[in-house]
Amino acid sequence: MSEDVLFQLKNVSKNFVKGKEKISIFDDLNMTIDRGDFVAIMGPSGSGKTTLLNMLGGVDQPSGGEVWFDGTRIDSLSEGALTRWRAENIGFIFQFYNLMPMLNAQRNVELPLMLTKLSKAQRRKNVETALALVGLSDRAKHMSSEMSGGQQQRVAIARAIVSDPKLILCDEPTGDLDRATADEILEMLQLLNRDHGKTIVMVTHDPAAAKYAKRTLHLDKGQFVQREIVA
Amino acid sequence: MNEFYLIYKNMTRKPLRLFLTCFAIFIAFLIFGAVTSLKTALNSSVELSADNRLVVFNRINFTKSLPIAYYQKVAAVEGVKDVTHLNWFGGYYQEPARQVVSMAVEPESYLRVYKEVVVPEDQKRAWFNNRQGVLVGEKLAQIYGWKIGDRIPISSNIFTHKDGGYTWEFVVSGIFKGDTEQYDTRQMLFHYKYFMETQTFGGDWIGWMALTTEDSSLNEKVAKTIDDTFANSQNETDTSTEKAFNKAFIEQIGNIGLIIFSVVFTAFFTILVVVGNTMALAIRERTGEIAVLKTLGFSSSRIFRMVLSESMLVALVGGLSGLAAAWLLVEGVKTFLARFLPNLILDGNIALQALVFMLLLGLITGLLPAFNALRLNIVTAFNRQQ
Repeated sequence: MSEDVLFQLKNVSKNFVKGKEKISIFDDLNMTIDRGDFVAIMGPSGSGKTTLLNMLGGVDQPSGGEVWFDGTRIDSLSEGALTRWRAENIGFIFQFYNLMPMLNAQRNVELPLMLTKLSKAQRRKNVETALALVGLSDRAKHMSSEMSGGQQQRVAIARAIVSDPKLILCDEPTGDLDRATADEILEMLQLLNRDHGKTIVMVTHDPAAAKYAKRTLHLDKGQFVQREIVA
Repeated sequence: MNEFYLIYKNMTRKPLRLFLTCFAIFIAFLIFGAVTSLKTALNSSVELSADNRLVVFNRINFTKSLPIAYYQKVAAVEGVKDVTHLNWFGGYYQEPARQVVSMAVEPESYLRVYKEVVVPEDQKRAWFNNRQGVLVGEKLAQIYGWKIGDRIPISSNIFTHKDGGYTWEFVVSGIFKGDTEQYDTRQMLFHYKYFMETQTFGGDWIGWMALTTEDSSLNEKVAKTIDDTFANSQNETDTSTEKAFNKAFIEQIGNIGLIIFSVVFTAFFTILVVVGNTMALAIRERTGEIAVLKTLGFSSSRIFRMVLSESMLVALVGGLSGLAAAWLLVEGVKTFLARFLPNLILDGNIALQALVFMLLLGLITGLLPAFNALRLNIVTAFNRQQ
C-alpha cells in the first residue's frame, strides 16, 4: 500500500439477512482514499452510501473483504479496539448535527477530548482553536437550542476536528440546511481540506454539495458506476 | 469537563422529571427511616435483653404476685447463676400524669442480674446502705432535675402507705447509666424491704423474678425445672426468656415486624417500578445521543457505567434527602413520645441499612437501561433516529 493511501477497501461485500432473504448491499467493492483527499459519495436512496460511510468509520463491519486504514486492517478489530481506533482517527459530522442538548457549544466540542489524555489547559486551548476555526468563538457558552442550524453544524464540525483526526466523515452534512448556509458549511469543509490538509469523505445526494469535493464517486446498486474528478 | 459533569448534566436535563423521581424516592426513604426507627424503638427492649436471662411470672398473668418463698427455691435450681425479684410499684411524681417506672427490688442481686445497669461504686454502696435510698436512671433524673441527696416523694396508684397516704419518700442515693445508649434509664429502683415494711397489702409477695443461667444453652432446661417445681401449686409459674417475654408483650399491639415489612416493601416496590420505568424511558429517549457518543469513541462499558451511575445518583439524592427528613421527623417527635418510646432514634445502623437499599434501588433500576445502552448498535440507533 502506497504511503499516500489512507483508506483502502479490498473486495468488500456487505449482506443483510431479512427473513429467508439475503440482501446484498455491496459485492466486491474496491476503493482507495489518499491522504488529503476530499471525496464526495453520491447515489440514489438505498444505494449503500451510508452503509459505506459507516464501514469507513468502523461503526459497521463488512461481510467479506478487507478494510485497511493507514496500514492497519480494521475489519478484524474487536469492538473495543475499533472504538479506540475511531476516537483516535475519525471525526464525524452528521446530517442532524447530533449535538448533546444539555451541553453548551464549548462542552459539545470538548466531548471527543474526554477520550484523550490531554491536560485541562490543553483541552481548553484545542476547543478554543476549533471554535475559532469555525467562527463561533463568541457562541462558546450557547446551548444548541439557542443556535441556528448552520451554527449547530459548525459546532459539529468543530467537534469533528478538535482531536485532530486523520479522516473526517460527513453524512449529508448540508441535508438539513438552506442553500446559503449549506454553502458556508461546504466552504468550511473545503477550507479544512485545502488549508489544513484534512482528508474528508462526504456522503451527499446534492450535486451542488459534491462540487466542493475534489472528486465524486457515484454508487449505485452496490457498485461505483463512474468516477469524476471535480477539481 | 469530566464524566461526572456529563452524568450530572444528563440527570438534570429535565428538572421536573428529576424532581418527581427524587420525590418518589424521598417518600420511600422517609417512610423507611421513620418506620424502622419506630420498629427499633419497640424492639429495643427485646434486643437489649441478655441471652441467658429468664423471667418467672405467675402463670395466671404477669400482674399476679408470687410467694417470696419461691425466690430461694429458684435460686437452688441447677443451672441458675443469679436470681433477683421485682415488684411493680405503679409510681408517679406529684401528679398521676407524670408516671415513673419504679420497682421495688433486692438491690445486690438486682445489679448482679442486670449488669447493663452501670452505677459508680460509691453510689452503689450508698444505695445498699440506705433503706430509703433510690437508684434513679440518668434520663429520669434529667427530666425532673433530681440530684444525689434529694428527697423525692413518689406516689403509687396501686399501693397505700402505712401512714394512710399513697406517697413514699425516697432519698436519691445514686444515678445509673446504661451500658449502651439504647438502654432505657427512665426508671427508678428502691429497696424491697423498705417497700414491704411501709405498705399495707400483706407482705412476703413478689411481683416476678429475673434470673441468669450459667449458660444460655441451659435456658430451656432451667425454665422447665422451675415450672415443674411449682406445678399443681396454688401459684404455678410461667418461665421464659426475657427476650421472648418482651417480644410477646410488644406483639400484643400487633405484629409490628409484619406491619413494618408490608409498608416498607409496598412503598419500595411501587417506587422501584416508577423509578425503573422513568430511567428506562429517559435512556430510551437518549438512544440517538448514546449512539453519537459511541460513534465518537466512548466505549460501551463507559456508557454502561455512566447510565448506571446516573441511576445510582438519582437514588442517592432522593434517598439521602428522604433519610435526612426522617431523621428530622424522629428528632422532632422523640421528645413528645419519650414516655412511650424512650429509644426512638434514627441511628447509624438504620442509616447504613437505608444506604444499602438506596444503592440496591439505583442498581436495580439502572441495570436494564444500562444494559440496553451497552448493547445499543450504532447503525440501528441511527436508523431508528431517521
